[in-house]
Amino acid sequence: MVAYDRVETDVLVMGMGGAGLRAALEIVSRNLKVVLVSKSLLGKAHTVMAEGGIAAAVANVDSKDSWQVHFSDTVAEGVYIGDYRMAEILAKEAPERVYELERYGALFDRTPDGKIMQRAFGGHTYRRLCHVGDKTGLEMIRTLEDRVLHTGNAKLLDETVITKLLACNGSVCGAVGFSLRTGKFIVFECKAIIVATGGLGRIYKVSSNSHETTGDGIAMAFEAGAELRDMEMVQFHPTGMVYPPGVRGLLVTEGVRGEGGLLFNTKGERFMLRYSPEKKELDARDVVARAIYHEIQNGNGTEHGGVYLDITKKGAAFIRKKLPGMYEQFKEFAGVDITKEKMEVAPTVHYFMGGIRVEPETARTNVNGLFAVGEAAAGLHGANRLGGNSLADILVFGRRAGISAATYAATSVAPKLDYREAEAEISRINSFIDEAGRGSTNPYEIIDELRDTMSSKVGIIRNGKDLNSALQTITVLKERAKSVTVKGGVRFNQGLLGCIEMEKMLLVAECVVRSAIYRKESRGAHTRSDFPNKLKEWKLNIICARNGSKIDLSTVPVPEMPEELNALVKPEVYA
Amino acid sequence: MKAENKKEEGAKTGRTRKFKVYREDPTDGKGGEYQEFDVQVEEGMVVLDAITYISQRVDPTLAVRWNCKAARCGSCSAEINGVPRLMCKTRVDTIDGTITVGPMRAFPLVKDLVTDVSSNYEIEKLMPEFKPKEGISSPWRMNEMDVGRSQEFRKCIECFLCQDVCHVVRDHHAAYIGPRHVVKAASLDMHPLDTLDRSEWLTADGGLGYCNVTKCCQDVCPEHIKITDNAIIPEKERSADSLYDPIISLFRRFSKGKADRKQ
Ligand SMILES: Cc1cc2nc3c(=O)[nH]c(=O)nc-3n(C[C@H](O)[C@H](O)[C@H](O)COP(=O)(O)OP(=O)(O)OC[C@H]3O[C@@H](n4cnc5c(N)ncnc54)[C@H](O)[C@@H]3O)c2cc1C
Ligand code: SF4
Ligand code: SF4
Ligand code: FES
Repeated sequence: MVAYDRVETDVLVMGMGGAGLRAALEIVSRNLKVVLVSKSLLGKAHTVMAEGGIAAAVANVDSKDSWQVHFSDTVAEGVYIGDYRMAEILAKEAPERVYELERYGALFDRTPDGKIMQRAFGGHTYRRLCHVGDKTGLEMIRTLEDRVLHTGNAKLLDETVITKLLACNGSVCGAVGFSLRTGKFIVFECKAIIVATGGLGRIYKVSSNSHETTGDGIAMAFEAGAELRDMEMVQFHPTGMVYPPGVRGLLVTEGVRGEGGLLFNTKGERFMLRYSPEKKELDARDVVARAIYHEIQNGNGTEHGGVYLDITKKGAAFIRKKLPGMYEQFKEFAGVDITKEKMEVAPTVHYFMGGIRVEPETARTNVNGLFAVGEAAAGLHGANRLGGNSLADILVFGRRAGISAATYAATSVAPKLDYREAEAEISRINSFIDEAGRGSTNPYEIIDELRDTMSSKVGIIRNGKDLNSALQTITVLKERAKSVTVKGGVRFNQGLLGCIEMEKMLLVAECVVRSAIYRKESRGAHTRSDFPNKLKEWKLNIICARNGSKIDLSTVPVPEMPEELNALVKPEVYA
Repeated sequence: MKAENKKEEGAKTGRTRKFKVYREDPTDGKGGEYQEFDVQVEEGMVVLDAITYISQRVDPTLAVRWNCKAARCGSCSAEINGVPRLMCKTRVDTIDGTITVGPMRAFPLVKDLVTDVSSNYEIEKLMPEFKPKEGISSPWRMNEMDVGRSQEFRKCIECFLCQDVCHVVRDHHAAYIGPRHVVKAASLDMHPLDTLDRSEWLTADGGLGYCNVTKCCQDVCPEHIKITDNAIIPEKERSADSLYDPIISLFRRFSKGKADRKQ
């Protein structure tokens, strides 16, 4: 007999990041029951870390900006394999979502004439990022958190880990998880599920992401039959901290360059003038990240393996007003005063463009009743995400996913959940716990090895040999993972959480590596030294689908844009 | 800490430090005690690094709450050598001798270093929500200076360390909602387009009168919010004004403007 609580609802929202919270508001307002779950505490989700801003063509600073230019930037910087319909929706709806957030109570920085202030960011033609200093994500989370708390009708189960989605006859009907706080297992019964579980940055050793971003939702959706796409597309942010070691990877916001920070190598050369004479420091992330990578590889890096980022000329008052978080971060962690000294920076894993394949307008996956949104979903960003487009994404598509899931749940009959399947999953989780601890494998040994492999072999510049070796390592790790056990109980057991995250990480990492091997060209964030050129025949999306215990890879062509949209975008060029 | 890291960074401190970590599972009724661990340290290491090393490598049953490891989410609050601090923002090399890590004392214990902070969300639910002026033309316009005043309070990461340090919250739990929530009220009250005045609510329902302005909360805030000076004292003054001056109080209640606010 396995003991568990039952929770019944119309819609289960997995994730309390911006995407999950925004989606939940739509469900509540349609008088349906919604339960939200999150591994972290309410208000602490990864979104809270977002700094630079929300991209929306409100044209407060540069009056020439428009949805058309935002659309065109998004498609072009995504290197033409993003979904144009998602880009169009994003560009058109982001302004209204920003104003709506303001009406909910968010307080943005202002222009001299009192409108929402916007800052420059890499790859955006105009100054477009609506921001709150360098704490935009915090303001977004807090505003949405408040709103959700005050609706009173959303059930919030934070510090609850979902381990498996349940499907009946091709439709989702529930999920299994457990509460970290009580240690109790929970079986959720529902009509629709929204996966808003964020990305997978923590499958890498050096990453700017919160430690909860282990690809769980992507892995669980895949196992439930959902297709994944663009899994090879991992964004490296050009500037992460490099020193001290404990904070290696921590983000140095693009806002620093947006506000005038310049990059130098150890020879004192402003090297971006060489790599990108026109856009310089503010070129797209993949371009700047590769430039820094090359400088370090060529021996022009610091002893800690970084280059310099310098904003001192802007003066202390300006820096402390516009970049308070960065000022604090360097002072506290590195003992560096950025108003007087240069920062040391190097690329860090930052964002995941790939994820669950969705229908652009509705966030539906190919599994009935299963929706995906935010960093867990794919399509909008193609081969490279523009800074600020993710916060816009989670508002715009968060709302749409909420509406779609609510509409679906309101019109569908509750499917019958097979409790034996749920109980089997609970037994499986319980079997990780071995009181005697018979000298078993520690999940963190496997996780650390996976992270090292991903960082050293599936990084900014890839090649077939390294990728294949990474795949071999993953195969070995998967085998070793079978002997993983931990001692103790279910409540706040870091080891048990490690076992679950390890499984999800291995699965999504394998999809990343297999897709990276498959794409034999260089495009956006995916650069291969053995296939250095972008190739026309690769203007395709790679799809991962589950076939028993195997991962099947295939390609689909990028949909053609209608003439009026095509005319907005500068044509793609091939060398 | 980890062999690979050390090799890579060349930070060969090779030193170990002693950590005393509080262990208690209230469900087993056995009470609590500090357990000692020796952890190898490397340059720039923070207390959270040592704690996660223990929970990932030595004893997975050590309960700890954390997420961003960047001092941005406010999860990893604890008492380090008795002082409420974020574990991820406290460098090991700033502390001499044994490092003692315990849970926040103002909240019920869940297990080891994890406390139940859910009462804070219950208070948040009761806080009168943002209520903008009606009929203002969109998009809204606000002055940068006015916005800045509220933004100070919006830096709050809800670490609840100020709640933990406040002797009133510790001793008279239910009577006073605590500094975090006064900061929240101030962030709403100072919104240039908000129409409510929460100072009376803070006094009548929130027990603000119990606060005797010791400023301990302000000293521990990792975001350096001037909790007492800029949130608590102005809210106290406003509520005093309106309570003792019925005409102002009436005027406040019916006027939508905030120009008369002391700021
Ligand atoms: C340092 C930093 C700065 C950034 N700055 C910007 C910026 O300026 N502009 C911008 O547009 N983007 C920025 N981004 C990216 C952006 O913050 C994220 O892409 C975005 O917040 C993702 O939101 P989300 O709602 O999809 O997921 P998340 O915020 O990652 O939330 C995921 C949620 O799912 C939950 N979850 C995960 N797995 C499980 C499970 N198994 N069971 C239960 N719950 C689970 C988590 O606990 C969490 O609540 C930044 C990212 C970083 C790291
Ligand atoms: S100033 Fe008031 S709120 Fe702050 S610690 Fe002292 S009594 Fe508590
Ligand atoms: S006001 Fe400061 S100490 Fe209090 S919860 Fe907010 S950030 Fe933490
Ligand atoms: S882990 Fe987020 S504040 Fe310490």
